[in-house]
Amino acid sequence: MGSITLQKVSKVFGEAKVIPSIDLDIKDGEFVVFVGPSGCGKSTLLRLIAGLEDVSGGNIVIDGKDATEKAPSERGLAMVFQSYALYPHMSVRNNIAFPLKMAGVDKAEIDRKVADAARVLNLTDYLERKPRQLSGGQRQRVAIGRAIVRQPSAFLFDEPLSNLDAALRVNMRLEISELHQQLKTTMIYVTHDQVEAMTMADKIVVLNRGNIEQVGSPLELYHKPRNLFVAGFIGSPKMNFVKGQYAAQLGAPTIGVRPEHVLLSTEGGDWKGKVMVAEHLGADTFLHVDVEGIDHVTARGGGDFPAKAGDVVYLTPDKTRIHKFNEGGLAI
Amino acid sequence: MARKVSTRRKVVMTAIAWTLGILIFFPILWTFLTSFKTEADAIASPPQFLFFHWTTESYAEVQSRSNYLSHFMNSVIISFGSTLIGLIIAIPAAWAMAFSPTKRTKDLLMWMLSTKMMPPVGALIPIYLLFRNSGLLDSRFGLVIVLTLINLPIIVWMLYTYFKEIPGEILEAARMDGASLLKEIIYVLTPMAVPGIASTLLLNIILAWNEAFWTLNLSASKAAPLTAFIASYSSPEGLFYAKLSAASTMAIAPILILGWFSQKQLVRGLTFGAVK
Repeated sequence: MGSITLQKVSKVFGEAKVIPSIDLDIKDGEFVVFVGPSGCGKSTLLRLIAGLEDVSGGNIVIDGKDATEKAPSERGLAMVFQSYALYPHMSVRNNIAFPLKMAGVDKAEIDRKVADAARVLNLTDYLERKPRQLSGGQRQRVAIGRAIVRQPSAFLFDEPLSNLDAALRVNMRLEISELHQQLKTTMIYVTHDQVEAMTMADKIVVLNRGNIEQVGSPLELYHKPRNLFVAGFIGSPKMNFVKGQYAAQLGAPTIGVRPEHVLLSTEGGDWKGKVMVAEHLGADTFLHVDVEGIDHVTARGGGDFPAKAGDVVYLTPDKTRIHKFNEGGLAI
Repeated sequence: MARKVSTRRKVVMTAIAWTLGILIFFPILWTFLTSFKTEADAIASPPQFLFFHWTTESYAEVQSRSNYLSHFMNSVIISFGSTLIGLIIAIPAAWAMAFSPTKRTKDLLMWMLSTKMMPPVGALIPIYLLFRNSGLLDSRFGLVIVLTLINLPIIVWMLYTYFKEIPGEILEAARMDGASLLKEIIYVLTPMAVPGIASTLLLNIILAWNEAFWTLNLSASKAAPLTAFIASYSSPEGLFYAKLSAASTMAIAPILILGWFSQKQLVRGLTFGAVK
């Protein structure tokens, strides 16, 4: 079991209201990602759930029981930290065994569980090493091992991949997703990287200034962003926002169109513009175009699209995929 | 970052470093050499460096005139005792300041340090009277207490800077892993802080061993440590350089040996936190 409910949870640090008031339901077995720009309160929210910070108001309910006043050790949750937070003076074996030892599990059982976790995480050959003798990816796996042995009711991940290099990050992302499929345990994952959020989550919670902007599946957020903030935050490169005459023709003060929904042509189209920067990624080409009367627009073309800085190109937004927003920034 | 250093520069720097090192070490070397001279050689002019009549008569004289062992034991009890009591008080204080600081923590630390800036003689009369009235004069117990208090700010500061270096996330991880506060301290905090505690202990023993002002003023014979033993040979009635040197050498030898064997730990302790 691992359902978590937040009821009007708030957090104040001195004068600063980091989290005004949040209500959220996390079902058992869900993979929930908290995503948002830095300083949006996502890590604070995770630490509140963990019990590492006290709430200023509201309740946290874990598995149907009020856990607001409980110590971190009594909440049955396991956490993986950004810095891994391994115990530097203990071997990998003792690091993984630590939560079991604290729970008073007997020696034979500890050995068996540590061996199991090590096998799942490919750490069997490293059990006698100290954390400083491991690579970043291995340390991350030890941190995950330490979290899984205790069979917690939920895992909390605080930006666990941000210290890894890009290639390793993609690997670990897959490993964590696979782990979730195997264990089917609730996972709450904090990241500022919307690609991680999109690829891993069952449910994404987009946070901004301590408020929930939108909750939904990755594709819901992509196709039906509730407001300008979510529209701009989800999707890479960022959605283009167009105001003024063109938007007015379509009946909205602001319209948004994603770079992948802008048709590129060298011959003709709705908008004419000059290429400022062309990014050739192989499979795709991203063009940053200065369009007359509209400003800056990003468009995605095929990998072979022949364009370089200074070229004139024509852009046509796909009318069926245009998002419209009202004066207050909410989707129409 | 590696810089290009010319050989000439290296030679000059090495020469300067050696000169400074020898200059600093010279008084100790001279004391050591003088302790093996006769009183006549000790005041000879020009001074003799190595080619004099080597003798241990000063050591024999010092041995027969005063009870070295008793002074030595007093020094051991006072320096180790005050350090251990200081650590017992300072560890919880430093933990609290490092891991759950309040708005006033910095002020409190500065205030503690400021007590070290006052000349001790300013507090001598009140403390002397307190000691006299409570019968603590010339007692080891009294000296242990006064040295604990004198060095407590330094112990707290050193431990505080050490504990500050321990990442809070590791302690939080222990909490998430189900450790109670006591288990967190025993299994995670203490093993990680052992190097810091050890160098604090060593440095403080040395400071307490060498402390002369309070030990000289508050002890007479029974509790007198090695500092008083040295002082007893610097009498205004006559010049006994050889015997004074022999007494000094005997007094500093134990702490010098301790320092020599723990120099790695000491250097680490004193420079810890300087580079990060």
